[in-house]
Amino acid sequence: MIDPLRPHAVYHDYHPRWLRRRVSTYWWLERWPYVKFILREISSVFVAWFVLYLILLLRAMNRNAVAYQEFLDWSTRPWVLLLNVISAFFIVFHSITWLNLAPKAMVVHAPGGRRVPPTVIALSNYAALVVASVLVAWLLLGG
Amino acid sequence: MADRIVMEVARYRPEDTNEVTFQQFEVPCPKDWVVLDGLNYVKDQLDGTLSYRWSCRMGVCGSCGMTVNGEPKLTCATFLSDYGAGPIRIEPLKNFPIVRDLVVEIGDFMRKLVSVKPWIIRDEEKPVAQGEYLQTPAELDEYKQYSMCINCMLCYSACPIYGLEPGFIGPAAIALAQRYNLDSRDHGSEERMDILSHHEGIWGCTFVGECTEVCPKHVDPAGAIQRYKLSASLAWLKSFVAPRGAEQEEEEEAQEEETKEAAS
Amino acid sequence: MAKRELEPLLWLLFSAGGVLSALLMPSLIVLFGVAIPLQWVHHTPYTRLLAVLHNPLTRVALFALCMLSLFHWAHRFRYTLYDGLQIKHLNELINTFCYGGAIAGSLAAGYWLSRL
Repeated sequence: MIDPLRPHAVYHDYHPRWLRRRVSTYWWLERWPYVKFILREISSVFVAWFVLYLILLLRAMNRNAVAYQEFLDWSTRPWVLLLNVISAFFIVFHSITWLNLAPKAMVVHAPGGRRVPPTVIALSNYAALVVASVLVAWLLLGG
Repeated sequence: MADRIVMEVARYRPEDTNEVTFQQFEVPCPKDWVVLDGLNYVKDQLDGTLSYRWSCRMGVCGSCGMTVNGEPKLTCATFLSDYGAGPIRIEPLKNFPIVRDLVVEIGDFMRKLVSVKPWIIRDEEKPVAQGEYLQTPAELDEYKQYSMCINCMLCYSACPIYGLEPGFIGPAAIALAQRYNLDSRDHGSEERMDILSHHEGIWGCTFVGECTEVCPKHVDPAGAIQRYKLSASLAWLKSFVAPRGAEQEEEEEAQEEETKEAAS
Repeated sequence: MAKRELEPLLWLLFSAGGVLSALLMPSLIVLFGVAIPLQWVHHTPYTRLLAVLHNPLTRVALFALCMLSLFHWAHRFRYTLYDGLQIKHLNELINTFCYGGAIAGSLAAGYWLSRL
């Protein structure tokens, strides 16, 4: 194997015995930032659960008003409610962390050449969240 | 405030034993002393066999990175007085093989850095007689942050992916590739894209973000990597919309191979 | 060569899913998952919800939300299992479970949306 730093070397140095330590399965518990990271990633499971919940709702809507009412009753069962409350927290957590981190991936240049500061992008993300939420609430509750 | 503090220093001597042991040293801690001062005191006065790396002692050379109380730090920039009564635990930088005591093997990083071609690549070099390459302050701002990297490898120590996936190219290498991609004098983005748009390149990163948190020079490698993911994805999409560019590349690659075969 | 890599596509799906779920899911789950079952607000009547769902825009948006959120989960969960639990040797199984699950869910969502 040719070492790109020493392509012409034809000898090997005396090689001391290096200690390589295996990463523990619980590496993510060793530091609080790692725990936060794993919680953030786990929030995607609750996102998937809610999609499943929506699919079940759509299935009920496909049948008739009785099936819809049965679905609503089912959603009041303790375990479903608890799961949804926990999901709500994780989904809001996902939303906040995502909207905070998205500015890092996008460097937007305003006309004139100056870079838009990341706080402005984050604030416009939150504005979009508010607008979308109001729209959903109006669609489902208004009128 | 106590005027002495205990440092628990990791020792690894391959000629003696196969494991890391800890040795306690009591060192003075004047207000302006950093961990490196403590280590130098140990080596000068208490135990001359302690091995560790350091050089500039002012945060620009990147040599003195170690794990202090579980966090990757530059020991020349970490004050003893921040640790109260102590004790302070000093270990070699995590995620690297330990050579001896606090010295780690950094060859892997060096090879990965070379592999991303961290130099100006141009289609055509301008002859010296024609003068310098000119760059506006705005063009400099595009990449300046990423040029601040001192190769201290604290980000590799903080990155759990690097620890789990030894083939991962890592934060500093990708940030330095970006430093050249975003440089207006450089034409090498496509070449670097081929090396980095790979499972062990940018796609291995899951945006933990700890690399940016520990960077002493505020390089923000996490941001650089996410930007690179976006531009790589858009380039990937473009390669379907404008296949003529891709065909040209394939022709050039085929020609290169022919010349290689003819030469051998 | 970037073309042969599937990762950029998976990452784009993951990102799109992340954005859509970040913007739309908080309000939806607070309403449908918490507020309506706890009767903090009155539930949307069947006829009104059906009318909203009949709108082609709503259907497209809802399908995009479901499909992209599932791919968001698939990508993220796959990496969490891969890195978090270090079960690399089960790589193919993880990929099949995650992306297969996402495809199955998207098909189910598309089916029930189209039949409305």
